[in-house]
Amino acid sequence: MPAEMFIRYVDLFKSFGDKQVLSGVNLTIERGQTVVVLGGSGSGKSVLLRHTIGLHHPDAGEVWVDGQDITDFSEEQLVESRKKVGMLFQAGALFDSMNVEDNVAFALREHTDWSEDKIRNRVVEVLGLVELEEVETLMPSDLSGGMRKRVALARAIALAPQGILYDEPTTGLDPITANTINHLIRSLQKRLGVTSIVVTHDIRSAFTVGDRIAFLRDGKILFDGTVEEAKMATEPMLRNFLQGGGYG
Amino acid sequence: MVWRWAPPGALPAAKSVVNLLSSYLVEIGGMVRLGRNTLRYALRRPFEVDLWVEQLFQLGVKSLTITNLTLLFTGMVLSLQTAYSLAAYGGKSFVGEVVALSVVRELGPVLTALMVAGRVGAGVTAELGSMAVTEQVDAMRALAANPIKKLVVPRVGALLIVLPMLTVLAITVALFGGLLMAMLEIGQSRLYFMNHVLSALSVHDVVSGVGKTVFFALFIGIIACYNGLHASGGADGVGKATTNTVVLSSISVIVSDFFLTKLFIMVL
Repeated sequence: MPAEMFIRYVDLFKSFGDKQVLSGVNLTIERGQTVVVLGGSGSGKSVLLRHTIGLHHPDAGEVWVDGQDITDFSEEQLVESRKKVGMLFQAGALFDSMNVEDNVAFALREHTDWSEDKIRNRVVEVLGLVELEEVETLMPSDLSGGMRKRVALARAIALAPQGILYDEPTTGLDPITANTINHLIRSLQKRLGVTSIVVTHDIRSAFTVGDRIAFLRDGKILFDGTVEEAKMATEPMLRNFLQGGGYG
Repeated sequence: MVWRWAPPGALPAAKSVVNLLSSYLVEIGGMVRLGRNTLRYALRRPFEVDLWVEQLFQLGVKSLTITNLTLLFTGMVLSLQTAYSLAAYGGKSFVGEVVALSVVRELGPVLTALMVAGRVGAGVTAELGSMAVTEQVDAMRALAANPIKKLVVPRVGALLIVLPMLTVLAITVALFGGLLMAMLEIGQSRLYFMNHVLSALSVHDVVSGVGKTVFFALFIGIIACYNGLHASGGADGVGKATTNTVVLSSISVIVSDFFLTKLFIMVL
């Protein structure tokens, strides 16, 4: 029996002014899978990711999430779909004016009628999942880069989404912290059973967290296969990219 | 011989003018749409009272010093100028009338709005702009919250409430400044000055003066929020958006003041 599709991009085209960023992306992510979208800087990885929750609307093509075509959804219609898929932004994008607790509790206060006690317990619980303790009262400016990403991840999973999008989760972090984040992504996938899309140009991270690798180049998916298949791939651009020699 | 239907360089120049005009139209259209959405979300529950209270303090209470100081000295200098320039025509006794009418009908509303456009408009754009360029606005959308409801409605709503109140207070302070100069420089009594002020003013003057500030608040709020939410390109982009807000909201206050004055004269 084929696995259930959770996210699907069909012939996705997107341009900004004269710059064509996506030129017919086709990609399907099955429920419970972690797919890494690899590609160089400016290849359109983040743009693709942002289409998943309607932060960008495509010029042509379709975006499907959990069996729904969300391509032409309005902001109001996107609410339910956004509750199903959390996103970790590249720099965390924590709200500067709020402390850690308020950041993590933001979606809970917005979308549930839980008591403050219940919200506080959930905040502690999700902070525990990202291996943070007693940071609730700290402001984002008091946190290190790695802690910011973990708090942002806690915020993204607070509503218990079915999917998580990671935009360059290890960029700008030292190798040890990056490794911690990689293992966190892996452990969250195992513990919560969520579907994940990880956008990165960090090859080590890609091989650590991914079940599948999709290689984005010139606005198209040039390769889509398992990690093992990616390692054996003959596609010259992917090989060069994986060997750190650029696109060749 | 090649026939030229336009001088060289004319076409690119015309094209850039068209581009500039179309970008202005896109901006104005965006602001109108933001204004409409702000009204739509303002009427929807929940009303986010705590966010409104915070903005009433940030935009209103914190603007008290700058608006009152500006109008205090405006009232004082107006009183002085009127006294000395009308002295030759025996018009010193009309200082109260001139100060009252100028301050209540024009200077109070316009100068208060300009000060607020500078302080609040720039502050709101810088705050929302830095949120936009650090993806905090997108993060809010990603968390299925509405940035217009969360960020724009409380700011525009608070401005609509506080600008008329700041104006009334600033007008009072300006009249006090005028009174001070009338007493100290031309020796008028407090009662004499106040009698002339009150006899010069009608309810229409107050309504048209303060009524205009509701529109000024709307223009300043929408322009500031629109520029903030559309800021891009890091710190440089936020700087440009902030400058744009101060320039555009100041111009909108000055230009709309003329049309609103005409409107109030026709209606009242």
